[in-house]
Amino acid sequence: MSSPKIHIKSFGVHSVLIEWPNEVSEHILEKILHFETFLKNEFLKNQEWEMVPSYNSLLLINRIAQIDFPIISKDIITWYAQLGESTKPDRYLWRLPINYDLEYGLDIEEVASKLNKTIEEIIAMHTGSTYTVYGIGFLPGFMYLGGIDKKLEVPRKATPRPKVIKGAVGIAGKQAGIYPQESPGGWNIIGNCSVPIFDATKENPCFVSVGDKIEFYQISRAEHNLHKIEAEVGIYKPEKIKINA
Amino acid sequence: MLKVLKAGFYTTVQDAGRFHYRNKGVPISGVMDEMSVFKVNSLLENESAAAVLEITMTGPTLIFEEETYMALGGAEMSATLNNLPIQNYKVYQIEVGDILSFGRLEKGFRSYLGVKEGFTTKEVLGSKSFYRPITKVNRLTDNDVVPYSAQNLFQPKISEIKVASFLDDSILEVSKAPEFDVLNDKQLEDIFSKTFTVAHENNRMAYQLTETITEHSISMLTSATIPGTVQLTPAGKLIILMKDGQTTGGYPRAVQLTDKAICILAQKRGGDTISFKLV
Repeated sequence: MSSPKIHIKSFGVHSVLIEWPNEVSEHILEKILHFETFLKNEFLKNQEWEMVPSYNSLLLINRIAQIDFPIISKDIITWYAQLGESTKPDRYLWRLPINYDLEYGLDIEEVASKLNKTIEEIIAMHTGSTYTVYGIGFLPGFMYLGGIDKKLEVPRKATPRPKVIKGAVGIAGKQAGIYPQESPGGWNIIGNCSVPIFDATKENPCFVSVGDKIEFYQISRAEHNLHKIEAEVGIYKPEKIKINA
Repeated sequence: MLKVLKAGFYTTVQDAGRFHYRNKGVPISGVMDEMSVFKVNSLLENESAAAVLEITMTGPTLIFEEETYMALGGAEMSATLNNLPIQNYKVYQIEVGDILSFGRLEKGFRSYLGVKEGFTTKEVLGSKSFYRPITKVNRLTDNDVVPYSAQNLFQPKISEIKVASFLDDSILEVSKAPEFDVLNDKQLEDIFSKTFTVAHENNRMAYQLTETITEHSISMLTSATIPGTVQLTPAGKLIILMKDGQTTGGYPRAVQLTDKAICILAQKRGGDTISFKLV
């Protein structure tokens, strides 16, 4: 398949932004992550470089040197043309346990009533999709998930909560996510994830990467409590399945 | 150890920053005013990444429990050592029990305290910079201690420098950011002709500006941001991301501050005025 066109933009003296067509697409995301891996393996191996992929863009940052924009633009176009069948990054499907009890699912009754569904149907729709991680940002470990069931789309809350607890599972419009830590938040909260998405004590603080897939499954309150204890002592293990890129 | 007797308004440990976790949503953090810190660490003949204390608005009272050498830089905060006035960008030899305190904020907003070889607090994800929840705390409080290694054999090659101060500068040089070309002529004219007031909503994450420019309805997919990115909200508000700023955002990125402009802005507080100049 031919590669979608890229557009290169200057962004300060230390970074350059590569943009793909302005759409939410698996194909584009795969291409971005493939190119990121190619650059890391072949051309921008130096530890000075950092890369931030998100939806339809890839930011290249050199934290030490200033970038010569005309030169790197030419290079990027040349490198992109050479992408071919080079090594693709490993991608994983993570299955995350969610407790939907009302104590955690603060808005699940309201969401069900707005959508004219039962709570069981809301849970079935939420656990029935495979989500794609299109970006990680806003907070450490906050995933922007695409792929929500169209019938589960519900507007964000009119008034954001000043405090949403760690692990809160939220939905808003076409977006789904998990609050990795306590923060203010305007999404509808329908449950809680017992696995910590972000753990600063680990060398890899966030097991999820952009491009990975997420599925949710329902657990009981008792299982949730046990997971929480496991998480506190650091022995939690989210279920992980390798998927072909 | 350096012991905090009185914490002041907002004092943190900062180094060059936390890198290689931006793709996991972790801001780089690190000192807000790199230029002032570079001079402080240079005088002490430290690595430029050596950790310093970043002291915001109202300074703390600190007691040194080991010998060392110190230097201050950045904002002018009427600092005293054992009640005697001291100046910025000068190396002072420190004895056990010396007390450093700060008075009236004269100029700027953030002052920096460096010690010989830097502070040696624990690194988390490759940096000593405070940023909660990566680090357990987000600022120093009364009775905290900040470790450093005792030094008494340092002979500074230069013991003081007169620096060309940028604390009075108010022009922020910027370059085009990714959505610059999407903005209309009126918005661009506003950005480059208006004088903006720094809002009271300003911190290590972002500086908001009080005056708004023409509204817009540009919609874009979430994309990466960096310190110094000036975002334009649909209501026409300008938000300048700083060192603890989020790593991605969904607002158009209008312009990008130069490294020096970030330092100039880091020394501004609510009520100060700034303007933008395209370079």
